[in-house]
Amino acid sequence: MAALGSPVRRAVAPRYSSRTSGPLRRRLVVGLLVLASLTMITVYFRESPNGVLHDFQSASSSALRPFEIAASRVARPFEDAYGWTADLFHAKSENEKLRQQVKDLTQQAIQRTEAIEQRNAFRRLLKVQRLPAYEDLANTMVTAEVVSNPVSQFDQTMVIAAGRDHGIRVHDAVITDRGLVGQVSKALRDTALVTLLTDPKIAVTAKDSRTGAIGIVQHSQGAEDLLFLDRVGKDKRVDRGDLVVTAGKQSGKQLSSFYPRSIPIGRVTKVGQTDVDPYQDVQVMPFVDFTSLDYVLVLASKTPRPNMP
Amino acid sequence: MTLSIAKAAALFFVVAILQVTIVASIGILGGSPDLVLVTLVAVALTQGSIFGAVSGFWAGLLIDIARLGTLGFTSLLLTLAGFWIGRYGETTGRDRAHAPVLSVAVVTVLYALGTLVMRFLLREPASAKVALVDELPATIALNLLLTFPVFALVRWLFKPAQRSPEVEFVG
Repeated sequence: MAALGSPVRRAVAPRYSSRTSGPLRRRLVVGLLVLASLTMITVYFRESPNGVLHDFQSASSSALRPFEIAASRVARPFEDAYGWTADLFHAKSENEKLRQQVKDLTQQAIQRTEAIEQRNAFRRLLKVQRLPAYEDLANTMVTAEVVSNPVSQFDQTMVIAAGRDHGIRVHDAVITDRGLVGQVSKALRDTALVTLLTDPKIAVTAKDSRTGAIGIVQHSQGAEDLLFLDRVGKDKRVDRGDLVVTAGKQSGKQLSSFYPRSIPIGRVTKVGQTDVDPYQDVQVMPFVDFTSLDYVLVLASKTPRPNMP
Repeated sequence: MTLSIAKAAALFFVVAILQVTIVASIGILGGSPDLVLVTLVAVALTQGSIFGAVSGFWAGLLIDIARLGTLGFTSLLLTLAGFWIGRYGETTGRDRAHAPVLSVAVVTVLYALGTLVMRFLLREPASAKVALVDELPATIALNLLLTFPVFALVRWLFKPAQRSPEVEFVG
């Protein structure tokens, strides 16, 4: 009780003028400052560049300039350090962005190149479709993408992405803009199996386009994609460099072939003959590269096919 | 009182020079700190509304001169900011620990809005999206980072002189 009754010493809190000033004074000061600001803005806008406020600003700015320069010089090393660090981070993030951009652009470039190649391939196939030789088949020709190329030397077939639904049937001839590829050996709904000209089972009646000498083109049984024109009698003339095309009929008979006439097959690279063989030995280099086919044309025909054994 | 005014004048002179030459060029995440505004908030909170208003006017004038902007533009905004924060410090915000942080955040937003409105009124080019969306969040964060060191400096600078305590009999 004695403690409560005794006087307590308390330090007086610091007093500031504005805290103790009356509301009127406060409002007056602020009002004057706001008025001064508004007046400055108005006068500054209305006066010419040589006006009082502009001159005042110019002079004051000149007075401040040395301080600004001094501050800039003092801060320059720190600014440089900050700038260097910021640039470093910026460069890192930019590097990542650019790497991603390069990746995207590379992808785009690849896609574009593929698109161009695809377009060129289609153009070439379109040209083939418009050739007079295929006039009868122009409406039934099917452009098909090659799904799988031959996987080994012993597998001379490829799968194309078109089948019965597209009008393709077994024995339809398959070509590219370069020449004959082979024939359809199996036709499913959406896909078909194409047996290439390099398969030993395939034999195509062909002729020398210059001399008309007829024979049968077959694979040479070797490791290469070489063909040979068989059954060409020694009395027939075949020279090196001659163009070999489909004859359009079965050899020796007047039956129609599976292949329309005049489809390019290859060029004669070697001609020879032996005493024991009644026929000439004619080697043909095919025009088509059977290992890298992307698109082919299937000469789908609406006429009924002869039944093969 | 005169000493405080001299200190404030010198402080804002230095701060305005620093703001114009160095701090304004620091760009982080799209925003840049406003040292003058934070210092003004600190001075106004500790010294009161009239002191804040006069300090704001002075700081704004210096900024307008140094940046060769429209004279009175920044003065008007900082006068109102200093007065408003001073009143907050004298009334609601007195002795509240969160007052500095809250004041800085709110004044930063209001200052950005005020600047935008003034620019529109004066038909100066200004993008509301850039000012309020792209720059403002980073500016608030940077100003809040400055709050504690600036407040410590201002408290130290305007510390009342040690004198023999007056004695009040309260019992």
